[in-house]
Amino acid sequence: MTQAQVKYAGTAVADPMTPVLFEVGKIKRELSDTFTLELISQSGNPFSFKPGQFTMLYQFGVGEVPISISGDPLNPSKLTHTIRAVGKVTEAMMRLKKGDMVGVRGPFGTNWPVEAAEGSDVVIITGGVGLAPLRPAIYHLLANRKRYGNICIYYGARTPEDILFRKQLEKWRGRFDLKVEVTVDRALAGWNGRVGVVTKLLDLGGFDADQTVAMVCGPEVMMRFSVRALNELGVRNDSIYVSMERNMKCAVGFCGHCQYGSAFVCKDGPVFPFSDLEEIFDVREL
Amino acid sequence: MGTETLKYVISLSEVGKLLGNIKGQGFHVVGPVLADGAIIYDTIHSIEDLPSGYQDEQEGGHYRLKKSTGRRGERDALFRYTVGPSSWKRFLFPPEQKLWKAVREGKSFSIESPKEKPPRYAFFGVRPCEVSALKIQDKVFCNNDFQDKGYAEKRKKSLVIAVNCTRSVSTCFCRSMDTGPKANGGFDLALTEISDGKNHRFIVEVGSKKGSKLLKGIDHTLAERHDLSSAAARVNSAKRAMKRQMPKDAAKILSKNSEHPHWKDVAARCLNCANCTMVCPTCFCSTVEDTTSLSGDVAERWRRWDSCFTVDFSYIHGGPIRRDSAARYRQWLTHKLSSWHDQFGTSGCTGCGRCITWCPVGIDITEEIKALQKGGK
Ligand SMILES: Cc1cc2nc3c(=O)[nH]c(=O)nc-3n(C[C@H](O)[C@H](O)[C@H](O)COP(=O)(O)OP(=O)(O)OC[C@H]3O[C@@H](n4cnc5c(N)ncnc54)[C@H](O)[C@@H]3O)c2cc1C
Ligand code: SF4
Ligand code: SF4
Ligand code: FES
Repeated sequence: MTQAQVKYAGTAVADPMTPVLFEVGKIKRELSDTFTLELISQSGNPFSFKPGQFTMLYQFGVGEVPISISGDPLNPSKLTHTIRAVGKVTEAMMRLKKGDMVGVRGPFGTNWPVEAAEGSDVVIITGGVGLAPLRPAIYHLLANRKRYGNICIYYGARTPEDILFRKQLEKWRGRFDLKVEVTVDRALAGWNGRVGVVTKLLDLGGFDADQTVAMVCGPEVMMRFSVRALNELGVRNDSIYVSMERNMKCAVGFCGHCQYGSAFVCKDGPVFPFSDLEEIFDVREL
Repeated sequence: MGTETLKYVISLSEVGKLLGNIKGQGFHVVGPVLADGAIIYDTIHSIEDLPSGYQDEQEGGHYRLKKSTGRRGERDALFRYTVGPSSWKRFLFPPEQKLWKAVREGKSFSIESPKEKPPRYAFFGVRPCEVSALKIQDKVFCNNDFQDKGYAEKRKKSLVIAVNCTRSVSTCFCRSMDTGPKANGGFDLALTEISDGKNHRFIVEVGSKKGSKLLKGIDHTLAERHDLSSAAARVNSAKRAMKRQMPKDAAKILSKNSEHPHWKDVAARCLNCANCTMVCPTCFCSTVEDTTSLSGDVAERWRRWDSCFTVDFSYIHGGPIRRDSAARYRQWLTHKLSSWHDQFGTSGCTGCGRCITWCPVGIDITEEIKALQKGGK
């Protein structure tokens, strides 16, 4: 893990609590409440990260929030985040304009097991904005397509209007070496696709349960049902990876907020093999 | 620990000199002082500032400090009370701390870290359980991946003058946590007071090079056998008086009983006041607050102590994770005594008993563990 290097008074001092400045570059409105920011480093240094890692993004005077990196790990000159505006900080970020500055700390946390998955089939199950933290993993898989067996991307959204990265999903769907399926909870006029929960897509198969690595990201209920469905198909818990969300104030193990059982989600997660969580995942309000 | 195993004797006046020497070296000396009827830790300038002849009485939800009216040795003693509501963590990990300041410059802004030089602290009168607490917080703030800069800088430069306990109160249970009543490493010097009404003296144990240097600056003699046995007897009486204990397998009891009905029972008594987490010398949770000046051009980020007993603590979009007070109590106790082992290879509890004394309804963690053990797995 890298620590933010902050320059002040002429010396570079490693202080993991102090953000470094990034300039807002391209902004893309993805959905009515979701947008993607490209951030440009002031130092010109590339921002290397692993798929699944996150940063702490600071909005001047408003606050700081954990946001996964949604960009291409092979192109670290741009730091990309996809954010859904749900509250104080993220709503303020939706008002950012090209040329504005934000603070960044990170990257933090564990990553999707893209290397360990080499030689296996990969199934990605995700819902809503949960696709964003998985996009770097998808970029990686596609860039190294030959190293993997079958790859399935199963994505669920509330309505057709909530489908994130829709163009990209369509493009990927057009590839012969990928199985991409999208479903919505509630269809709107003009939707000819699938309707139903994302776990139902697993019935479509497309992977060999004995040698599959599953990557799951979405609301906890959705992850619970996905793990159950995967188990029923014969995928073992140590081959299933989930990304957890907890309140985070520091991202470096100091503030205590992100604790989940014995784990600090910020350092020991956010990506966990489900086998590490199987004993606590169903405990309420842990 | 230092290589020296020899112990020395110094007189009361040399303790005063020691304090003066430490101060003379530019340390900001902090020690026990009397405030609002309790012993707390604050700046001291000389030995005159140390409360003398005081004894405390502690019980679940109860603290009382009184001046000894007993034998002369008791009336003169400097360290016959145990720990009060404050702990040393407030100096290394302050209750509120400015992390940095951001200043707007047109469309951009810059971030400045505080420029004040951190003080060099000398902690004078650190009890054995508190030496353990310092070691525990070191693992939190200087963890394998990250260092809290403010904490690390202050800690590195600080001096620890420990004082072994010759008296315990009913809430102490350091004996069962193996953290006291005698300090085992983690100090520069450790003193054991012998106040017998005749020859008020202190046995000194050297724990570091810095400690050894300090000792050279004061009059000291090699401790003789009767000095050592007198000191040992005093520490032993503190040990023997300790009735409360934490079950040895507290970690296991907790890790197996997250669904125990007893959590509801303790939640019904707990007021969620967070007193226990504030007085606990190892609790490290914090939150951050972002403030802006009226003009909106200057923003600051502050870190403040937080507690897992607040509902907001676990808030994520959609609502807090730990809504129920039972879930919050479970988090505190399970973290302290069980998951702490997984995270840091040690218990998060030193057995200081503060959380028992300062709980307004007298909840006793040793009893709660026993209750979980009874009906549990
Ligand atoms: C590891 C991780 C990765 C994330 N990645 C993304 C992402 O890629 N895109 C995205 O849109 N969102 C992501 N989130 C969720 C995002 O952090 C929250 O939506 C955001 O913190 C909400 O802040 P707010 O101030 O706008 O909302 P408010 O409801 O006003 O929240 C107030 C405060 O509560 C805390 N908080 C609220 N919700 C969350 C939450 N879900 N997780 C953690 N803290 C929270 C924050 O400290 C926040 O400032 C991620 C969360 C985590 C933990
Ligand atoms: S949990 Fe209680 S007894 Fe243990 S260290 Fe904290 S305050 Fe002291
Ligand atoms: S256990 Fe006691 S001190 Fe702790 S929050 Fe509950 S009532 Fe307050
Ligand atoms: S976010 Fe602070 S400890 Fe994990």
